[in-house]
Amino acid sequence: MYSVYEILRDNWLLLLVGQYPTGPLGGIVATLILSVLGIVLAFPLSVLLALARLSPWRLLNWPAAVLVYVVRGVPLLMVILWVYFLVPILIGRDVSGFTTMLCTLVIYEGAYLSEVVRAGIQSLPKGQGEAARALGHSHLGTMWYVILPQALYNMLPSMLSQFISTIKETTLGYVINVQELTFAANQINNQLLTKPFQVFFILAMTYYVVCFSLTQLAQWLERRIAHKRLGAVAVKSTEDGAPLPTPVVTQP
Amino acid sequence: MKDFDLLAILLKPEFGAMLLHGLQETLKIAAGSWLLAMTMAIVLLVVRLTPNRIAERVVAGYVSYHRNVPTLVQLMFWYFGIFSLLPDALQGWLSVHNAERLLSIVALGLCQAAYFSEDMRSGLRAIPAGQAEAARALGHGYIGSMRHVMLPQAIRNAVPALVNHSVSLFKNSSLAMAIGVAELTHAVKEIESQSFRTFEAYSVATVLYLLCSLIIMAVGGWLARRYRIAGAR
Repeated sequence: MYSVYEILRDNWLLLLVGQYPTGPLGGIVATLILSVLGIVLAFPLSVLLALARLSPWRLLNWPAAVLVYVVRGVPLLMVILWVYFLVPILIGRDVSGFTTMLCTLVIYEGAYLSEVVRAGIQSLPKGQGEAARALGHSHLGTMWYVILPQALYNMLPSMLSQFISTIKETTLGYVINVQELTFAANQINNQLLTKPFQVFFILAMTYYVVCFSLTQLAQWLERRIAHKRLGAVAVKSTEDGAPLPTPVVTQP
Repeated sequence: MKDFDLLAILLKPEFGAMLLHGLQETLKIAAGSWLLAMTMAIVLLVVRLTPNRIAERVVAGYVSYHRNVPTLVQLMFWYFGIFSLLPDALQGWLSVHNAERLLSIVALGLCQAAYFSEDMRSGLRAIPAGQAEAARALGHGYIGSMRHVMLPQAIRNAVPALVNHSVSLFKNSSLAMAIGVAELTHAVKEIESQSFRTFEAYSVATVLYLLCSLIIMAVGGWLARRYRIAGAR
């Protein structure tokens, strides 16, 4: 136990920010920046994908469905290798591991998040869309003003759990030498050589603390939103409260 | 980039053998960890159903740990961390018997068991309490009501989630590459570095992975339809 404390005391800066002032940003800060950027950039893509999958036009419907199925059927590691290989060819210059990982996360999370968004849209009572159309909104207007604001609010807990998955997925950047938390821990392990158990114990616990607190937050949010929706149903008893769809959970 | 030539990889005997060997290894890891995960999940479920608070806490902790720590980190923890603590005799035995493969099966299996047991538990919780009460009222014992009334419904409820998580388990087998198992992704990287035909090599692997995942999804869908109870939602 003492050596766990010693390792933390000697290496906390490396675990926190990597070799930042002198080298590239790394550690848990890089992990978090990567996950936040990944989910923020994946979000618009996922809404577009969900709308495409729900659209009656085959030309939009099919490519989106194919993308989602391919991403769901192929390991994240394979997507990383593809992006690592294709992006430099497409834009004509080398990109950093960080950018590669970010592109991968946007594609991968975009596809998974689009399933979450689609489930959220489909779980709204049909009357909402019909009422908006009856009031003269176009299809896109209905989506923008009526459906999406409600669906996205209801999907907040699932999106948060998707964010947790993203944090866990950033670990795979290790394979292409992205400087993040797992990479930092491996650096420490390679320096010390004799304390692998302690180093990886610290690594696992760090991820656990971050992801566990976010999981608790997601559960609190879920209860709160479910409570709010139940309240709405009690007032307007004619409208059936569709249950929250089960979130699509991914794990790296 | 050279022109796209799939046959250059598929027809060359050494590359074909590498691919086949990689696929075999991937399937071995996936099958092994699936069996371990299912067994462990049933054990976890049974322990959680006993009215013992300490046992319940232990299972909840197990599930929480495995769901909140990245799978790759769990894999590294087993391979670098826990392996170093094992007694020398066991370490030696493991090294002779392909430690990388065995440890990745253990790590992936134990991790997925948490997800499987949660799937089954929510399948069980979705059954109205009246079902169990009715079974007991009709004279079934606890075991009998579980076996004849609750579990048949719970498993059917859980099938979609179990299939989804089986697909992720299969996909996660690629992580074993990070600790040096010669599975499909590893084989493909090897072929790529020998032949410089990156595009072709990656395409072959992607198609193989996709095919296996789609087969798992299709079998799951078929099972769900085949064993559907008429009139159930």
